[in-house]
Amino acid sequence: MKESAEMPFIELQNVTKYFERGIMKKIRNYAVIDVSMKIYEGQIIALVGESGCGKTTLGKIIAGIIKPSEGRVLWLGKDIWKLSKKEFKQFRPLIQIVHQDPYASLNPARTVYQILAPVVKKYKNPRSKRELREIIIQYLEYVGLTPPSYFLNKYPHHLSGGMRQRLSIARAIIPSPKFIVADEPVSMIDMSLRLSVLKLMERLNKELGIGFIYISHDVATARYFAGKALLALMYLGRIVEKGPMDVVLRNPLHPYLRAILSASPIPDPKFAGKKRRIELKSAEVSTDILLKGCPFSHRCPFAVKKCFEKNPPFRDFGNGHMVACYLADELPEWVPPWREG
Amino acid sequence: MEPILKVRDLIVEYAVREGILQVVSKASLDALEGQITALVGESGCGKTTLIDGIMGTLPPNGYVRGGQVFFKDIDLLRLSERERQKIRWERIAMVFQAAQNSLNPVLRVADHFIETVEAHKRGLSKKEILEKASELLRKARLDPEVVLRSYPHELSGGMKQRVIIALSLILDPEFLILDEPTSALDIYTQSVIIDLLRAIHKEKNLSMLLVTHDLSIVAELAHRAAVMYAGKIIEVTDVNSLFHDPKHPYSRGLIGAIPSLIEDLSHKKPIPGNPPSLLNPPPGCRFHPRCPYATDKCKKEEPPLVKVNGGLVACWLYE
Repeated sequence: MKESAEMPFIELQNVTKYFERGIMKKIRNYAVIDVSMKIYEGQIIALVGESGCGKTTLGKIIAGIIKPSEGRVLWLGKDIWKLSKKEFKQFRPLIQIVHQDPYASLNPARTVYQILAPVVKKYKNPRSKRELREIIIQYLEYVGLTPPSYFLNKYPHHLSGGMRQRLSIARAIIPSPKFIVADEPVSMIDMSLRLSVLKLMERLNKELGIGFIYISHDVATARYFAGKALLALMYLGRIVEKGPMDVVLRNPLHPYLRAILSASPIPDPKFAGKKRRIELKSAEVSTDILLKGCPFSHRCPFAVKKCFEKNPPFRDFGNGHMVACYLADELPEWVPPWREG
Repeated sequence: MEPILKVRDLIVEYAVREGILQVVSKASLDALEGQITALVGESGCGKTTLIDGIMGTLPPNGYVRGGQVFFKDIDLLRLSERERQKIRWERIAMVFQAAQNSLNPVLRVADHFIETVEAHKRGLSKKEILEKASELLRKARLDPEVVLRSYPHELSGGMKQRVIIALSLILDPEFLILDEPTSALDIYTQSVIIDLLRAIHKEKNLSMLLVTHDLSIVAELAHRAAVMYAGKIIEVTDVNSLFHDPKHPYSRGLIGAIPSLIEDLSHKKPIPGNPPSLLNPPPGCRFHPRCPYATDKCKKEEPPLVKVNGGLVACWLYE
């Protein structure tokens, strides 16, 4: 990890986002609650959590697409929601988004050429049609859509999920972004092709220095893509555990992370039915309690009184491993459930 | 062990604007009595179409072009629609993909059970039906008192999925087909469903066909697996061999391409290339354009499914 003295590229300060509904009485649905985070240039951060935990909203807040209800988002120290028009124009292309569903995020009525041409025109100032075409070809080659001449006049429905995601990535890198928010970029792609898309993203990080916010529900692909990078685990709007992936997975300390690791299927029949899943108490969640106590307290098998009363602050467990749990140092020693089998 | 379901050289096609799309090409497969058989393949390989062909639930532009399907000694493809309807749900039950959405939003859970049983004229009273439903829901670790009274939208995705599984068992079927039973569910809920299916299988020794793209679930649940690629079954084997000694280069590639939580990931790599279009599949072995071992023969001649060490493989490497 980079020196903390360096200015973060993006910094989230106590960011909260709620959506209001109801006419007479406003009801607030919290998507993100009090998240603070420093993101440095070129960094890879895996934002992991289950559906509905707020990870997509947080990704959009980082990209400057959703304005937080409370808290600030700083770009090189400046609040992005207080930038001048000119500054915002500079900022906006620096963070691009690659969406989960490459079937929905590409215009089906446009060819590959027509999808990329306006982006190239806007950001690369081609002097002629020929140059425009050449630039598009370079990008197609770079993301592995080869031979480019074959792809130029294809429509998205001619392409496989993997190819479409490569095209989305090509579109995302044309504005020379510093960061890409990749929201479940491989979850709709065939298994045999997932790693190839992750490898491409890894190359963008190494060769072009593009940082990634890799949003996923799947710890295993996050581990592949962001093996030594930062893992931030989200639960119901809050980040509950974070640190370098290998450090955190070697010794997961939040009961929620332990629970999902104990429930993750292992692709090897010798563990079938032998893993010991950590049983959760499941219950409905109310946002009142959410704002007060630990978001996991209602399902946590270890929860004690104070867990319901006050949200636990982050505590430092060394090597950058931070956990928001009162009981993190009292839990039984972590034995990976697959080792007992 | 006897096969409970025998599929032989099944061909299923769709008539589409661009021509004829042969989605299942001479696929053969056995599901053994008392076992969980997995049909595994990537999206678009034809696994759902294969099931629809077997069950007679194809969309209007789809049809079975050839082949045979036996359920025990019944030739399913020769039955009238009425006879088939009787077998569906009563003897062969099915949990569809994204089944959470297949509950009727205006009916309470209890009504789903009542309607299903009454449609099949079992002569049970409402009370008897609900007693049986309660028992099944309890096995799925749901509280029948609450759940039976609920409308589908009042239940979470995982609860709905458990309701559907309970509903599929209400007529005591002999065979259960599950199409992606855990997709769109959170990891934790997924593992609860996997445990439930394992428990159902153990209790009744119920034969199941598990259709999925997710190899982890195959490893968790199945005894045997058939691997499908571009409309063909290319390998059938027991799960241990599939994961530890896969024979077909595609199976090998697939096993080598799934990241897990526990192994060293440095040797994991994707399969090069892309799956072919079924409108214009490559000649010979359909995997040859992506196969590192492909020879001239693979490009011209289609390999048959042959016995190799107790399993079946369609690859010229094992000639």
